[in-house]
Amino acid sequence: MSAAPLRLEGLRFSHGDGFQLALDQLEVAPRERIALIGPSGCGKTTLLHLIAGILVPEAGQIEVLGQRIDGLSDAARRAFRVRHIGLVFQEFELLDYLTAAENLALPFRLHPDPLPRAEAEARVQQLAERLGLQDLLQRRPARLSQGERQRVALGRALVTSPGLVLGDEPTGNLDPDNARRSLDLLHEQAAAEDAAVLVVTHDHSLLDRFDRVITLAELRPEVSA
Amino acid sequence: MRGAWGLAWLRLQRHPVPSAILVLCLGLTIALPWAGRALVADYRTQLLARAEATPLVLGERGDRFDVVLAALYFRTGRAGFVPFPEAERLAAEAPGVVVPVSARATAQGAPLVGTTPEYFEQRGLVAATGDLPVYAGEVVLGHALAAELGLTVGDALFSDVRELYDLAVPPALKLRVCGVLAASGTADDGAAFVDLTSCWVLEGFAHGHDDPSEVDQAYVLGGDEDGVVVSGALLSYQEITPENLPSFHDHGDPERLPLTALLYWPASDKDATLVRTRVNQRGSYQMLRPVEVVDELLAYVLRVRQLMDGLSLVLGAVTIALGTMVYALSSRLRAAEFRTLRRMGCPRAFVARLVLGEILAVVLLALAFAALATFLVRTALGDLTVWLQ
Repeated sequence: MSAAPLRLEGLRFSHGDGFQLALDQLEVAPRERIALIGPSGCGKTTLLHLIAGILVPEAGQIEVLGQRIDGLSDAARRAFRVRHIGLVFQEFELLDYLTAAENLALPFRLHPDPLPRAEAEARVQQLAERLGLQDLLQRRPARLSQGERQRVALGRALVTSPGLVLGDEPTGNLDPDNARRSLDLLHEQAAAEDAAVLVVTHDHSLLDRFDRVITLAELRPEVSA
Repeated sequence: MRGAWGLAWLRLQRHPVPSAILVLCLGLTIALPWAGRALVADYRTQLLARAEATPLVLGERGDRFDVVLAALYFRTGRAGFVPFPEAERLAAEAPGVVVPVSARATAQGAPLVGTTPEYFEQRGLVAATGDLPVYAGEVVLGHALAAELGLTVGDALFSDVRELYDLAVPPALKLRVCGVLAASGTADDGAAFVDLTSCWVLEGFAHGHDDPSEVDQAYVLGGDEDGVVVSGALLSYQEITPENLPSFHDHGDPERLPLTALLYWPASDKDATLVRTRVNQRGSYQMLRPVEVVDELLAYVLRVRQLMDGLSLVLGAVTIALGTMVYALSSRLRAAEFRTLRRMGCPRAFVARLVLGEILAVVLLALAFAALATFLVRTALGDLTVWLQ
């Protein structure tokens, strides 16, 4: 049996400004799709950053794909993130001077063990075809629509075949129809890669697209019906 | 190129205008002192080479720079005056080779130098096409001048008219191009050479015209047994040909036929010392060692170069300060990009390498630009001693 994509236990984190995040337990099953909801400022993005290893908890355990990351060094956490975690941001955060193909391949530039160029290019081509981007690969972000940029951002998160995809309001900049289509695409592509998905969202109309919804308002996990 | 260096290069390529402006600014800042130093070094080499090839120069008393620059680089502005008999006197008393030089006239803006065949021997000048001048009225062109004017053997070169409205000043003289010199890389390449008689004709000390006994008597104003006086309306020949050459004659005092300077190649160092001392003691003229004069001249040039170096340092410091500000501001504008890269998991050093790679590429391109600009400036300017003419 493969390791759980994500397991959290007794997590505690605080900022100097009085912000506190506490989470008793959370476990994500392989290929599970989870929505994190809650009011602004309750710590959803902070939790994603803790899971991604961008932030380090004061207490508790974070295990991603069977690897405890809370005790790793900064460099090791970064390397682990590049290898195993895909990130999709609300603003997509594509590099404006790179083409769609170069943006898709960006994680390979950051990867501690980069793929040979030919394999990386084949992987980018394969993902581009799956995401319907094959004719847009040489365009830079300024010449892409919002939906196209979102697909490139999604492809960039999946290009290294991560076991866990984290989305920080990835549909926040899209209209309802596009948001629904994008989320379906994210789920579809993540399933194709056998990746679990954890998405922070404010859009309650999308919650029916998830296997589980976790509300952080009370800083307690809550399983949806 | 992959990783941060590849990304830095891509960013530079995808922002061509700001990158080009940065490269240009930095490149020019580097090129100015480089080109300045290279030009001064070239100038020094060229000046010294010419000076070392001319052991001694005899010229009018006065400004030593004027004498040497007129004798070596044919600067016509303040040419000085040495009468022709002084050349004969020096040749008689000084073992070695004495070469008279008259550099007072111009043709199409280039120096028109009157001299003797020994000049070509001493300078190692040979005709690439045609021959060296043998008769009055013939001119041999320096390599660069012939190329510039598009003239070749058999063509005509007209001397410049010094005064359009003074009838006493001789008109332009038509000279037949008898040859073109091989390139020498010296001031000789930009000059035209004639024999001394042609020079004196150009300056009005000699002329040729029809025999007064055969011309219309209306031109004859008077005369005696020694000669006749003819009207100024009787035109002088404007070209010296083998047919009219015997009719050329001078009316003035042969003691006053002018030269600019005398070049002297002594037979030995001892002769050089003796002759120089003797001439300088007599006091009528001065005999100079061009190397000493050029060294003195270069000392001024080097002082100017030191000033330029100081200015370049200030300019460099200002450019570095501005460049630092540009990259500091650019880093602020790129904060989101750097944050994205860090959140995606790039190592801390990656962003540093990304910025450093860009700066390094700009500096390398600027250095290449500066090297190219320096090379082009040196190539375009070529012989810097033409500025002395």
